[in-house]
Amino acid sequence: MASVNETKTKKEPATAQITVSDGALIPDRGEGSIFSAWNISFFGALGLVVLLPVISPEPYLEVIRFVPDGIVKTFQVTLISILFALVIGLITGLGRISRVVFVNRLATVYVEVIRGIPLLVQLFYIYFALGRFLSIDRLVAAILAMSICYGAYMGEIFRAGIQSIPKGQMEAALALGMSRRQALRLVILPQTMRTILPPIGNEFIALLKDSSLVSIVAVSDLLRRGREYASTTFFYFETYTMVALLYLVITLFFSKVVAIMEERLEHGGR
Amino acid sequence: MAADSRIRIEHVTKRFGDIEAVKNASLTVAHGEVVLVIGPSGSGKSTLLRCVNRLETATEGDIWIDNDRVTDPHGNIRLIREEVGMVFQNFNLFPHLTALQNIALGPRKVKKESRDVTQERARTLLARVGLADKEDAYPSQLSGGQQQRVAIARALAMEPKVMLFDEPTSALDPEMIKEVLDVMLQLAQDGMTMLIVSHEMGFARAAADKVVFMDNGEVIESGAPDDVFDRPQEERTKRFLEHIL
Repeated sequence: MASVNETKTKKEPATAQITVSDGALIPDRGEGSIFSAWNISFFGALGLVVLLPVISPEPYLEVIRFVPDGIVKTFQVTLISILFALVIGLITGLGRISRVVFVNRLATVYVEVIRGIPLLVQLFYIYFALGRFLSIDRLVAAILAMSICYGAYMGEIFRAGIQSIPKGQMEAALALGMSRRQALRLVILPQTMRTILPPIGNEFIALLKDSSLVSIVAVSDLLRRGREYASTTFFYFETYTMVALLYLVITLFFSKVVAIMEERLEHGGR
Repeated sequence: MAADSRIRIEHVTKRFGDIEAVKNASLTVAHGEVVLVIGPSGSGKSTLLRCVNRLETATEGDIWIDNDRVTDPHGNIRLIREEVGMVFQNFNLFPHLTALQNIALGPRKVKKESRDVTQERARTLLARVGLADKEDAYPSQLSGGQQQRVAIARALAMEPKVMLFDEPTSALDPEMIKEVLDVMLQLAQDGMTMLIVSHEMGFARAAADKVVFMDNGEVIESGAPDDVFDRPQEERTKRFLEHIL
């Protein structure tokens, strides 16, 4: 998952940028060529998704017909989880910079614990282990696990974003007579949003990929639908090829969106 | 102590860990007075200034603004800060807001004044600092001198009793210094009480009532600008002035 680095620019007033390594292949602006890695991967995958069913409709077209509701489910899990993760992340991020020791410790422990446990284990824990005491719907369990897990990572993005804003901004706000809360809401967070949008987009892509884990608790997402098709027709190779290509097309599409967003923020930046 | 003193700094010491940044410093700024604090970098002058609106908390001593004790740990510092404008070396304008929004934000959100009133005052202030045509410009679209003038207008929008300036021209290119000093000069002539950390000798002679020399955290000497600049009494003041003149 994402690691967040802050790069302090020397220009004053500094608008800090957060660069994130991971999530997905974020296309490089400098690479305008038709044979950029992104173009090869995206159009290659898209081409195969179109071509394979034409050349050999027997399993491929069947797979394509079978999985769309799985794609919808994948997006459903991803979008709901990311929304919850954003809310949890904002609260966690504010907790991580809180000067109230109890709140600070609580947020930090949450981040440490969650980041130390694999998402798959968390998913099992919520679905099976807690399922002994509470009956949790599998879709709810899946979304809960993803949100809690990604909330911790989002929390770190919010924290880094807030801390990347130059100290002078808070001081200027306080000097006007604002409370810390007002300063955060009116001055710091609006600036943070610009900085953290790209890393959040990146987390979205990472979450979209990780959402395939929910197929293990029988949520019928893209991967699960593929598995259902393969287990009745035994076209394992063809099915998983198609499933992988579909994931690739989706994540590469969104990585391009994130890259464009990043560029807009950098160049249209005020 | 004189009844008409606006800012009274009494025996203030500020320690950062083992380092004493300010040592037993005292100075007063009378109503409508303009006081310039000079001294080598690291002499504690900025730290002392920042103690006045409690961006730094004085370790010992007291600071008063009129009858409000800034150093009172139980006092409401926010109410005092409303009456103390501050201008920073690096402007610290809010980059996500236009010049007009930068100026209107404080009165709108802190004093809860109406949108119309704050916008109107922001426009007046922008005109006063000579930037009437820049109200929709974002800080990044303004030069350093223009940004600093907006920052002064932002502080004035709160209608403060006192203005603090922390090296307001140090981050500026030489050709932009004058436009900022002109605004400050105008402000001084309008009777604003000003405490300024700066090395602008010309400005000091033109506008300051008093110059205070600090070195190594201590107030070494103070007096009228011409006296301190032309007839310094202390050896350390002489040495410093030789370096910067």
